[in-house]
Amino acid sequence: MSSIAAEPEAKPAAVAPRMVLALGLAGLLAGLFIVVVYEATLPMIEANRAAALREAVFRVVPGSKAMQRLVVKGGTLAVAGDKESGASIYAAYDDTGKFVGYAVPGQGSGFQDTIRLIYGFDPASKRVVGMDVLESKETPGLGDKIYKDEAFVAGFSKLAIEPEIVVVKNGTKSKDNEVDGITGATISSKAVVKIINAGNDTWQKRLPAPGGEPALQPKKEPAK
Amino acid sequence: MTTPDDGKKAYEEFAKGIWRDNPVFVAVLGMCPMLAVTNTAMNALAMAGATLFVLVGSSVLVSLLRKFIPKQVRITTYIIIIATFVTVADLVLMALTPAVHKELGAFIALIVVNCLILGRQEAFASRNTVRLAFADAMGMSLGFGFALFCLGAAREVLGFGSLFEVPLFGPNFEPWVVMILPPGGFLMLGMILLIFNALGQRQRRLREQAASGEEAAT
Repeated sequence: MSSIAAEPEAKPAAVAPRMVLALGLAGLLAGLFIVVVYEATLPMIEANRAAALREAVFRVVPGSKAMQRLVVKGGTLAVAGDKESGASIYAAYDDTGKFVGYAVPGQGSGFQDTIRLIYGFDPASKRVVGMDVLESKETPGLGDKIYKDEAFVAGFSKLAIEPEIVVVKNGTKSKDNEVDGITGATISSKAVVKIINAGNDTWQKRLPAPGGEPALQPKKEPAK
Repeated sequence: MTTPDDGKKAYEEFAKGIWRDNPVFVAVLGMCPMLAVTNTAMNALAMAGATLFVLVGSSVLVSLLRKFIPKQVRITTYIIIIATFVTVADLVLMALTPAVHKELGAFIALIVVNCLILGRQEAFASRNTVRLAFADAMGMSLGFGFALFCLGAAREVLGFGSLFEVPLFGPNFEPWVVMILPPGGFLMLGMILLIFNALGQRQRRLREQAASGEEAAT
């Protein structure tokens, strides 16, 4: 404080306009600069997000080459327009446009923080066909095996969902609806299964009968 | 403005940040990113890069504007400048390297409160020419990056058994998981500070012995 008080120009009346001007100018220029950079990077950021999602869908639904977003409209699933929000899942199609499965995003509490994942579902055989963790903060070395342990991830490649998916002790899987848990990461393994079960609870009743899936609509996909 | 020993002075300001006044090992500044994002060498380097961009950018700007910024609102102005650079770094990383951005997460935004950066504005950039401020910021950022890399590499080697994701040991290596968890950051930082302080003390002792005419013991 003393150094400020010692300034000869410290008379408030004379200094105030300069301070206001300096801060106002700094704020204005900073704001302008950020807006310019934001506008310049936005298309890239959105393209990254869309690409990450497409890749995830193609990973969890084997054989898929195209996808579109579906939302519930008036009680039935329909293709979502670009601006339509709401709970949505993704329908995946092979390169001839034939429907191959759904990709269902879901989230729930893990051991440390929310786990966000997406899983593939084949309505004809009523099986989970793939699972991919999009975001998690599980313990490195233990809980992160839910996406790093190939054996655990492979356990979701043809998993029956009825009556529900159960985690069993590692190496004791005997039924189609059982998953080998990860030793040392019981909570994380159970969290993944719980999220998938919750997703099935929500979506099973909304899905059309097998064969009645909405057809792939031709859309201007980003050429990549 | 330019004096004959200007270049030498700029070099000194640059070099001091890397070793003698290293922001981490000597001044113990910037501990939050130091502990939080150094579980792999790659994350450490990404954080070092982002910090370098912010520190150099704001030091040069603060030094350029040092005559225009009223003393009473200088800290506020510095923070506006720093926050602007941080936001830009955040957006650019998100656009160019989404994977790195995902790993570093909130710690990019937290560069704003890295006291190393605000400290250099107040202590150096606001009182020196652009040239010296640039040299100082470069030196400090590289020193900070060097420290981050030491910690990140050591923790990755012990905790994952790899460096830059290249496995170093055979499949029988049992990773020392605690090293990549938060406690491992404190353990490793403590050990590194211990080594650096021991080195510093030894150097001082040697210098004193040399000064008093005794033979330097090994």
